[in-house]
Amino acid sequence: MMAEGVEDEEKWLAAGIAGLQQNAFYMHRALDSNNLRDALKYSAQMLSELRTSKLSPHKYYALYMRAFDELRKLEMFFKEETRRGCSIINLYELVQHAGNILPRLYLLCTVGSVYIKSKEAPAKDVLKDLVEMCRGIQHPVRGLFLRSYLAQVSRDKLPDIGSEYEGDADSVMDAVEFVLQNFTEMNKLWVRMQHQGPAREKDKREKERSELRDLVGKNLHVLSQIEGVDLEMYKEIVLPRVLEQVVNCKDELAQYYLMDCIIQVFPDEYHLQTLDVLLGACPQLQPSVDIKTVLSRLMERLSNYAASNTDVLPEFLQVKAFSKLNNAIGKVIEAQVDMPTLGVITLYSSLLTFTLHVHPDRLDYADQVLGACVKKLSGKGMLEDNKATKQIVSLLSAPLEKYNDIDTALKLSNYPLIMEYLDIETNKVMATIIIQSILKNKTRISTADKVEALFGLIKGLIKDLDGTVHDEVDEDDFREEQNSVARLIQMLYNDDIEEMFKIICTVRKHILTGGPKRLPFTVPPLVFSSLKLVRQLQGKDENPFGDASTTPKKIFQLLNQTVETLSNVPAPELALRLYLQCAEAANDCDLEPVAYEFFTQAYILYEEEISDSRAQVTATYLIIGTLQRMHVFGVENRDTLTHKATGYSAKLLKKPDQSRAVYACSHLFWVDDQDNIKDGERVLLCLKRALRIANAAQQMANAARGSTGSVTPFVEILNKYLYFFEKGNPQITVDAIQSLIELITTEMQSDSSTPDPAADAFFASTLRYIQFQKQKGGAIGEKYDSIQV
Amino acid sequence: MQEVHDYFKSLCPDLHVTRGEYDEDSRYPENKTLTIGQFKLGICHGHQVIPWGDLDSLAMLQRQLDVDILVTGHTHQFKAYKHEGGVVINPGSATGAYSSFTYDVNPSFVLMDIDGLRVVVYVYELIDGEVKVDKIDFKKTATTRSAH
Repeated sequence: MMAEGVEDEEKWLAAGIAGLQQNAFYMHRALDSNNLRDALKYSAQMLSELRTSKLSPHKYYALYMRAFDELRKLEMFFKEETRRGCSIINLYELVQHAGNILPRLYLLCTVGSVYIKSKEAPAKDVLKDLVEMCRGIQHPVRGLFLRSYLAQVSRDKLPDIGSEYEGDADSVMDAVEFVLQNFTEMNKLWVRMQHQGPAREKDKREKERSELRDLVGKNLHVLSQIEGVDLEMYKEIVLPRVLEQVVNCKDELAQYYLMDCIIQVFPDEYHLQTLDVLLGACPQLQPSVDIKTVLSRLMERLSNYAASNTDVLPEFLQVKAFSKLNNAIGKVIEAQVDMPTLGVITLYSSLLTFTLHVHPDRLDYADQVLGACVKKLSGKGMLEDNKATKQIVSLLSAPLEKYNDIDTALKLSNYPLIMEYLDIETNKVMATIIIQSILKNKTRISTADKVEALFGLIKGLIKDLDGTVHDEVDEDDFREEQNSVARLIQMLYNDDIEEMFKIICTVRKHILTGGPKRLPFTVPPLVFSSLKLVRQLQGKDENPFGDASTTPKKIFQLLNQTVETLSNVPAPELALRLYLQCAEAANDCDLEPVAYEFFTQAYILYEEEISDSRAQVTATYLIIGTLQRMHVFGVENRDTLTHKATGYSAKLLKKPDQSRAVYACSHLFWVDDQDNIKDGERVLLCLKRALRIANAAQQMANAARGSTGSVTPFVEILNKYLYFFEKGNPQITVDAIQSLIELITTEMQSDSSTPDPAADAFFASTLRYIQFQKQKGGAIGEKYDSIQV
Repeated sequence: MQEVHDYFKSLCPDLHVTRGEYDEDSRYPENKTLTIGQFKLGICHGHQVIPWGDLDSLAMLQRQLDVDILVTGHTHQFKAYKHEGGVVINPGSATGAYSSFTYDVNPSFVLMDIDGLRVVVYVYELIDGEVKVDKIDFKKTATTRSAH
């Protein structure tokens, strides 16, 4: 059925155009031969095509535009005629003899245009006549296009201030009156369309009406362009008259469109000064009008106005814009009980943006808006509407972006309350936004209270909110989240030691609720923050005010308990590293028992929890490396720990690893800056043990694979011999070095050895080193003198 | 950490990483060697070299890897040291992270300009909010071996 209708319309349009073109042809001929009578005859016939009722607005427009173009030629002809002596007044009368009213009126408007230009009568009189005559057409589509034509030809001829058509005093009023009348009549016609035709075609009609809306809206545009319409006139005449029509027409489509039009077309300054009137019209509109969108757009405009133009801010205050808007919104929400949550949030979102731009210093206003939101959301449970949650994220992000300072957002008491209504995913999204804002602005969160509030806000990332673990969380996303929390922890700082300790305790309290998956991310930054605090304390003297203050001991206690929690993960390797870091820090504070305790914990982890061979190798080096740097241990403690460390080294799985770790232990017995740790004998014992292990490794390789393995371990040990030789260890003799060199040389040349260029190069550079030292002269040269290479 | 790895890759696609003691990713090797121009470079985090930060022990590693330039870390302290076997460079910590070696970790990094037999080491340090740049010249002499 529809397709048929469209086909028919195409046919009718084609017929209409054909008729129009045919008559236009004859009209042109008449124009060319200055035949006024024929010109009028054929133009009237041409215009008769516009009398059709068969076309939809869209198609009618196509026909109209062609007629419009032809009428321009006619208008030029009329102008020529008057110059040739034809009286315009006669012409004006002559065209009214046209048979049908529609062509008659089009011709009248066309002549009217020339009439006004001729200035033989005041513009206002002609315009008044025309706008009233157009009443003759009450058919909506035809009437709208006719009046649109009138608006178009009169556009540049309005008696505005400074226009050449400006008449005596108050002529601007006449211009305004003309446009207002045309507007009013056009709106009435437009609304009438709604009620034409069968009920089942309502949607089709509304669509057609939509296509015509700009014809009506154009009038408002024209009004805004009239120079003479200043704030006064807008306030007293224009706005009230326009709103009167908007309210009285009781048409949803028209009301929505026109309210929006008013807002977009007239200057923001005017809106500010007429807020009462504008907002007052809102409750009077049809309940089905999407007033929240209208209000949102109004607030958006005003926000941008304030943002781009800070010297108008006092005006906002003076007209009490915020409270008026707030009240208006409240009333609308109250009136439209069924307004979906998305609508409410959008409204408040716009109001919040407005508040942030206009009253950035009034946190109480912002909080008020959030509070109203909370009230509306309460009792509805967690939001499920995606768009609504997105709006809330937008709402909550606004203060962050505005203030660049989480501090301020933390002061908004309703902020966390709104977050309660977000589902878990969105909660995390919001928490991430908050953290990103802090990181981006490098905001220093400097008190334990603020940290408490902040961690309350981001609790979605800190722990599992509904008590159950979410297995569906993407691994990468989770890691990113937790890394951002870790970064955040690094940003929490205060110079004041007591406050910093409080901050650390607060953070600790929160991250310990995070569960085994989160601890490996959150514990390390906390540990390092604490160690930094210990350092700060070292620089200060003991607090004379007694036990209440923070001491390194207290922090170490806390650290011990914190690292302990990693056993729940379990993360023994990480814990071992952290214990060793703490041990070093305790060493720097001269707290021997504390350092020993940390070592004990590390060793227990090594023995009981770290079973992977590669992990054991790394752990062993970390233990040896840390222990080597300890100066706080007494002989007994040091011996115990060293003995254990060498034990671990010797028991590593692979022989080469054993060898290396054992010779690394040699450094435990010789520390350069501590004279009481220079035990040459124990050093040599280690090196010899390493050699034995290397030998055993060679033999094993020979037995298992038929060729000896690499000589590299031997070269390494040789280098260590040289190291301690240079340091002055009396137990390292030239002979020992010499025989080691020979051993390596022999091994490398043996048949059963596998060629190993790396080992060759290593040996070669070692020999070069010896040469170099010999050539150095002085004490070193002397030492090396007797070594043959 | 994947994020940091990706960030570095965005700075330069030719990325070489060796394992640090907190790196859980076992795909990073303990040490690595590469050749750039006339120079052989070695990279090793350094927690494997005892005593930590000891230049003689690092020189031994350098001999073992047979490299002209050894790049190492772990201490978060910038060091550039020349000895008969070549150069040891510790660029320090780019983030100024906590270190048990030094109380004042100034964030620093190093750029090496390798040109023929000469390498110019530019060290950038962030000290009290200002970026300070220093430059050290190294030349491969005839007595040091050329790269294989």
